[in-house]
Amino acid sequence: MSRTSEAQRPLSPHLQIYKPTVTMVMSILHRITGAALFFGTLLVVALLVAMAAGPNAYGTVQAIYGSIPGKLVLFGYTWALFHHMLGGVRHLIWDTGAMFDRQGRTSLGWATLVGSAGLTLLVWALVLMR
Amino acid sequence: MAQFSLPKNSRLTEGKTWPKPAGSNNIREFRIYRWDPDGESNPRIDTYFVDLDDCGPMILDAIIWIKNKVDPTLTFRRSCREGICGSCAMNIDGANTLACTRGMDEIDGPIRIYPLPHMPVIKDLVPDLTRFYAQHASIEPWLKTSTPQPEQEWAQTPNDREKLDGLYECILCACCTTSCPSYWWNGDRYLGPAALLQAYRWLIDSRDEATGERLDNLEDPFRLYRCHTIMNCANVCPKGLNPAKAIAEIKKMMVARQF
Repeated sequence: MSRTSEAQRPLSPHLQIYKPTVTMVMSILHRITGAALFFGTLLVVALLVAMAAGPNAYGTVQAIYGSIPGKLVLFGYTWALFHHMLGGVRHLIWDTGAMFDRQGRTSLGWATLVGSAGLTLLVWALVLMR
Repeated sequence: MAQFSLPKNSRLTEGKTWPKPAGSNNIREFRIYRWDPDGESNPRIDTYFVDLDDCGPMILDAIIWIKNKVDPTLTFRRSCREGICGSCAMNIDGANTLACTRGMDEIDGPIRIYPLPHMPVIKDLVPDLTRFYAQHASIEPWLKTSTPQPEQEWAQTPNDREKLDGLYECILCACCTTSCPSYWWNGDRYLGPAALLQAYRWLIDSRDEATGERLDNLEDPFRLYRCHTIMNCANVCPKGLNPAKAIAEIKKMMVARQF
């Protein structure tokens, strides 16, 4: 018998076979970094709570954040923050109707990536050289 | 919540490798999605070899060659073979395009062909476009007026006519709509790039008198606003149109009409 109902028909492959484009990847990263910022905010809250709780708690949080794994997490948080911020700017530009042509949209995508990496390294260079 | 993996009945299996054409050194490998509604099995990927000395330069030439010379059961839509009917839209080398206007020389390595992504498959490379057409119909793609019909045609200045350039050329091939991840996850409620490009085509038509009503119809968290400017639509349109830009213009009209 022919399989002709909607339920019997297979769904054609999508994510599995689609070749990523820069605008597509930046959109996914915008979503992922947005979710990461939610957890990053918890890091800030933990620091503020520790400050309010007193020197012992503050010292503990400082020790955790200052350790190598702690610094790696903060480094990732910094990048997520910059990437999501620049993604927001990119969406703002597109909301005005500008830079929709092939060159404009592609260069905006790359600018988000290069810009966020650059700003993250800049901030950490300043922190570590202190 | 979007489901990123394929349902069980849609998972790909390795299919048959068909024999190479005898006596030719100039061959090209094709890996093509097959699904037979009359069988019981899952979709599979068949491997074919095309004799380039005996075949035209475009992908469509190659799959017609396969159908004529190797495997008559290979099923796909095609008609005009010159990029104006939109029938042979499929996913080639990881992006949606028309088989008739994409050259084999534009692709490196084996040429992988799938149906348009995230669509119910009728057979092989033929997707079910019922919903796609229904969504196009839902934006009421015709001139709507309330003033009395003029004696002759509805007049339009050359300037106003120019505003339709880049919009009216759409051939409804569905390359853009089925390239859109937002449409993949929310295609039941999001209209998708093709329908929205046509919505804009009527919104800015100087002769149309239903602009407010058309915007009302689109003012919805899903129908219009699932566009997240992923831009796959503009990247793949075989006619070089820009649905993402048209959608942005509709969003601007939504804001502008509040003042």
